[in-house]
Amino acid sequence: MPVLEQPSDVLRQFCHGNLDAFEALFRSHQGEVYGWIVRIVRDPSAAEDLTVETFWRIHRAHARFDPTRSFGAWARRIATNAALDHLKTTRWETDLPDDLPSRPLPDPGISEELRQKMAHAFRRLPPQLRIAATLALIEERPYQEIADALGVSIGAIKVRVFRARRLLRKELKRQGIEP
Amino acid sequence: MNEHDQERIDQLLKTSLPPMGGGEPRRDLWPAMLTRLEARPAAIPWFDWALLAAAATCLAIFPGAIPVLLYHL
Repeated sequence: MPVLEQPSDVLRQFCHGNLDAFEALFRSHQGEVYGWIVRIVRDPSAAEDLTVETFWRIHRAHARFDPTRSFGAWARRIATNAALDHLKTTRWETDLPDDLPSRPLPDPGISEELRQKMAHAFRRLPPQLRIAATLALIEERPYQEIADALGVSIGAIKVRVFRARRLLRKELKRQGIEP
Repeated sequence: MNEHDQERIDQLLKTSLPPMGGGEPRRDLWPAMLTRLEARPAAIPWFDWALLAAAATCLAIFPGAIPVLLYHL
């Protein structure tokens, strides 16, 4: 989230339901909100829809926002909840979209079959564990940042990451792979 | 699960699912936002209101049915 926060008058006007203030906040934060969501859902098209959904929730809750607090942190929390709702309602069998970033050079020690099985196992994780594992292990975001976005303690994130690793290992073993 | 196992899982995961690394939306999302703001909130169908009124009327006429209803909920 940006270090630069909005001038307080824009935030105050937003609290009173001013559409111009909302547009200013939307335009200055849509990139960061989208960037956060796409990390979680790993689908650019869904991330765009969820960015609009996030700002829709923000607009609905404008009267509850405290203008002395960080708008960016508040938006990220709402974006995380929107992304989590999406993961809960999306079938895990859904294939990843084609417009994902290009894969890094393959590790010669890891076969394509193993990568596919790992990706399959990952999509079967419960959404709460999947978010924690995505942000901590794949995107390598700081634990504090993840905890703030999910509204839980760092300890809870560590537990979720540990459980995600354990479930991934168990699922790979079930598929006959000793990781 | 020991530390080596954890590192192996992490490595496998990163190789299988490369980081998205944030990025920017491919289009301006404000027009979509405006469309969403201007959309009318979903209205409750008249049939649901009629059903609710019928249920309330039934319970008012037969209050003895309330405990039976609660038991089955």
